Parts: sequence; structure tokens; C-alpha cells
Amino acid sequence: MLNPKLKLNPNLFSETVEKVSMREGFGEGLLKAGEENKNVVGLCADLTESTQMNLFAEKFSERFIEVGVAEQNLVTVASGMASMGKIPFCGSYAIFSPGRNWEQIRTTIAYNDRKVVIVGSHAGISVGPDGGTHQMTEDIALTRVMPNMEVFSPCDAIEAEKMTMTLAKTKKPAYLRLVREKTWVITTEETPFEINKAQIFWMPDVGLAQVGIIATGALVCRALVAAKELETEGIKTKVMNLSSIKPIDKDSILKLAKETKAIVTVEDHQIAGGMGSAVAEILAQNYPVPIEFIGIKDKFGQSGEPEELIEHYEIGKDAIKKAVKKVLKRK
Amino acid sequence: MAYLSEEKIKELEIKANTVRQSIIEMLVEAGSGHTAGSLGMADIFTLFYFHILKHDPKNPLWVERDRLVLSNGHICPVLYAAMAHSGYFPIEELKTLRKFGTRLQGHPHREYLPFIENSSGPLGEGLSQAVGMALVDRMDKKDNDRFIYCFMSDGELDEGNTWEGMMLAGKNKLGNLIAIVDRNNIQLSGNTEDIMPLEPLADKWKAFNWQVLEVPGHDFKMINEAVEEAQNSYNKPTVIIAYTIPGKGVKEFENDYKWHGKPPTKEEGEMALKELRDNRPI
Repeated sequence: MLNPKLKLNPNLFSETVEKVSMREGFGEGLLKAGEENKNVVGLCADLTESTQMNLFAEKFSERFIEVGVAEQNLVTVASGMASMGKIPFCGSYAIFSPGRNWEQIRTTIAYNDRKVVIVGSHAGISVGPDGGTHQMTEDIALTRVMPNMEVFSPCDAIEAEKMTMTLAKTKKPAYLRLVREKTWVITTEETPFEINKAQIFWMPDVGLAQVGIIATGALVCRALVAAKELETEGIKTKVMNLSSIKPIDKDSILKLAKETKAIVTVEDHQIAGGMGSAVAEILAQNYPVPIEFIGIKDKFGQSGEPEELIEHYEIGKDAIKKAVKKVLKRK
Repeated sequence: MAYLSEEKIKELEIKANTVRQSIIEMLVEAGSGHTAGSLGMADIFTLFYFHILKHDPKNPLWVERDRLVLSNGHICPVLYAAMAHSGYFPIEELKTLRKFGTRLQGHPHREYLPFIENSSGPLGEGLSQAVGMALVDRMDKKDNDRFIYCFMSDGELDEGNTWEGMMLAGKNKLGNLIAIVDRNNIQLSGNTEDIMPLEPLADKWKAFNWQVLEVPGHDFKMINEAVEEAQNSYNKPTVIIAYTIPGKGVKEFENDYKWHGKPPTKEEGEMALKELRDNRPI
């Protein structure tokens, strides 16, 4: 069942579940953050509408900088602004930022320890028809290896909005990962949100779970559907939304591993270096249990509709169910 | 800006000679580091730290200070020497350059030396940070109160990031931004015009909507006048292309790209120190 304490969307498993893009949540969150704090500034590399920064740009034009198609400049200028006390949010597609400008982020933001939020939209293969060049599946790995850098991947538009507003108040450089397509609204305004904390979204009605599914980003909803179907087959699972990837909620992950003794991680990202790797680093050192990784298996993406790609690359509901059954056998 | 008297120029010449001696001592002690650019920029750093900059070495994080962004971090021996001699930290500390535990990292790092504006080393990133600072002062209506300076090398103009920053500064007419290019014609593996020609350099900056001033890089009076002119520009950022001699002050090191990235040996260092002492202005 859905965790009753979290007041998740009661309409979640129905045909009419609302779908909103995380970018919209980010755009609303940035606008509110800008209203709350005049030091919040926005920078964008010719993708103001695509990243939904237009709400902020229209309301606070004097605090918005258009840098053109120049992602290296985007983040280095932001670093300079942060050094003067501003809280810059830099928007682009994830493939370009933190993809193209990784070293600029490392040196001028992480190494300088300047509070800048790198907002990478269009992450993952779910970008769809634009094809492999635009499907960023390496960004979690690229950002989480950087000292000082924090990494966040919300599960829906509402969490994206709350996260954006919170990131205007935290101290460290941060990467915020967003996806392009509309995703199911999983949480509600009433769902409690605490940065750097993982939450159990799905749990057995009674008793202990046999497998822990740890998911992040746009695939959290798929993990939930998989969990619900598994329940009808008599397999009890818990689904954790791990939206704060760094710093990572080690205690909650260990608690889940100790209960289930088998973990499946789920992300629209390369298996190498992604959220699953971060989970595995913790488990291997503290409480080794069998893990199955759902993610992209060392391949680039391609054109197609998101659904087709999710099936082709085996990161959807059926793949998750299969992985759960496989990890159960390894216990 | 204060008037630069003949007496003050004399004083700066003596100070620059001292800074150069410190640079040689630091590099010999460290056993690695960049000689040519550090010596070549000694006069400009001295002019700034002892005359032009609005700063307070005893209160390094004074909010109203000018900002000086060093983009080509590899010439940090001259930055550290100018800072030590103007009172930011003890001159003795210069000998720790590049040693384990030092605040004076091989390339500047804010975590270790918090009162520098930026970490640097990877090239081509300083100008954009300075542009960001200048944009903030414009936004906060502080662009008449202080200036944002960026010191950069000619070699790093090969980097695309620099031109992105240039475009944005031109677009936003950042009159509070002043860049100084150390035009010494060398880079790590050769002369700039052989590795990647930059000329016509002044025309390129002009085409990006900057005011361009060109000065001999070791003439205090002319550099000072150029900075004054730059400060008076209200609707354009200014670049001062300073024609410097790499290795300036030690004949053996001058105008030879081989001195870009190596330190003097102990013997070469003693020779260089003797030459600097012999030529110290009285």
C-alpha cells in the first residue's frame, strides 16, 4: 500500500492520474524562491522556455541573465555572481550542463565552493525523439564524483518545486536533475518533504518486505506500479524514493537492506556510476546484500517514444518486476 | 584614483624589484612552477596592490573592496608575492609555495587561501567569473562604487570560454569591468603566433564591443593612465592589452617560452637574484 503517512496522490494508480512535467514544478519553485529572496538569480543558455525558467525571467527580468548557447559561460558567470552573494540557478539541458561544462563546474563552482544550482533538464532516455545526443544518461555519475557537489533527482513536479525552493536555502553547490516528459504526480502538496532524506512510498499492508526497491526520478512511478503488481503475485516489497542522491540517506538505506536483505535500484541513467552505484557503495561497506541494478547498460540512447525506449532499454515496470524476482532467488 | 607622482613611481619600481626577488626565491625553493609570466606581470601586480586597488590587506574580506580575478592561476607566485608584501600574510610564508600543507597551493585554491576571489588554474575561466561579479554590481547599483578587474594571459585566449565571457560583457555594456591581458607572446610550448595566432588581437576585442587600450606592460605611468581611462568608460567594458616581456628583470629568462613552465635551478636563481639586486633602483 502507499505509505499513509506521506499523503501521496490517492489517484496514483488510476487511468486519470495527473501528469505534469518536473520542469513545470521547477519553474514554479524558482518563481517562489525568487519572491522569497531577492538574491535568487536565474541564468539560462537559450532554453528559457524548455527549462521553464520563463516564469522567473518574466517576473524578475532584472535578475535574469541570458548567456546564449554558451554553457561554459553559463556556469562560470554564475560562479562569479555567487561570489558576490547571489544564489544563481543555471538552466540548460543536462547533456550540456553538466555535460559540456563539467570542468568549469568543478573548478569554479565545486572547487571554489560557490553556491550555484545547476539545473539539468531533459535527463535520461525518456527525452525520446531527439535521440541519443540529447539523452543524458551520465549526469548523476558526473556530478556525484565531485567533492562539495550535492545531487538531487525529484520524482515528480511537486517534489521538484519543493526541492527547488529548498535549494535556494542550502549552502552547498547542487545539481538538480529534471526530465522532459510529463510524469505522474506521485506526491501532493501535503506530502512532507525533507532534503537529504529518503522516503518509503510503498510498503506491505502487513509484515516485512522481501525486497527493497530504491528508485529515483521519473522511474519512481514505474517502481510503484511494479510493486503493486508484485503484491498481487504475493511478493512483498518496499519502494524508496531516493531523490537526494548526495548527500545520501545512509541510515534509511541500511534500514531497508536489513529488513529485506535484497535490493533493486531503479534509474533512467547508466548503471555505471549512477544512483545504484551510490547505494551499492554503502551496502558493500556496511551490510552486503544481493543487488540488481535497473538502468542503462553501457549503451547510448536513440530516437523513439519514451515508452518504446523504456521498454527497449529494460528500465520499465516489467524489467523491475523481473529484477525483483531475480534478486529474491539470490537471497 | 590617486595621482601617480614621480616619487611614487620610484617607490613602485623598488617594490616590483622586491616582488621579483621573492618570486625567484619561491620558485627555487619549490622546485617547480612558472617563471616567465610571474616575472613579466610583477610590475602590473605591484602597481595594483600598492596603488590602484581599493583593498585592505588587514581586512581581506572587506565588502566594498575592488575584486581582482586572476584567471591564469599558474602565475600565482606573483600574486602571492604581491599579497605578502602588501600585508595579507607574512613574507616568510612565501617559502611554503607548493609544499604539503601550504596555503599557497601550486595553483590558487580558495579553500586554502580564503581571501582570494577565486580558485584558478584551468585556463579561460576567469573572465566569465569577473563578468558575473560585474553583472551583480550592475544589478545592485554598485557599479559606480568599485571595479572588477580580471588579469588574464594571452595564451588562454585560445579557450572558447573566454570569448563567451567577452560576448556577454559586451552585450551588457559592463563599464565596471576591466580586463588586463598579459600580452607576452609566449605560451607553454611556443610563441602564441605559432601555436594559435591571436592577431589582430585588439580588433577582435573591439569587434566584441569592448574598449581596447594598448600599453607597454612595464611603464607604471602609462598603465596607470590606461586604468584611469578604463575606469571612466561607462558603457563599455575595457581591455588593456599590456605588452609585457616574459621573464622581465632577468636577461637570461626574458622572451624565451622555455621559461613559461619551469623554475630556476639553485644556481640560476642565485644568478637571477644577483642581477635583480644589481639593478635595484635607488
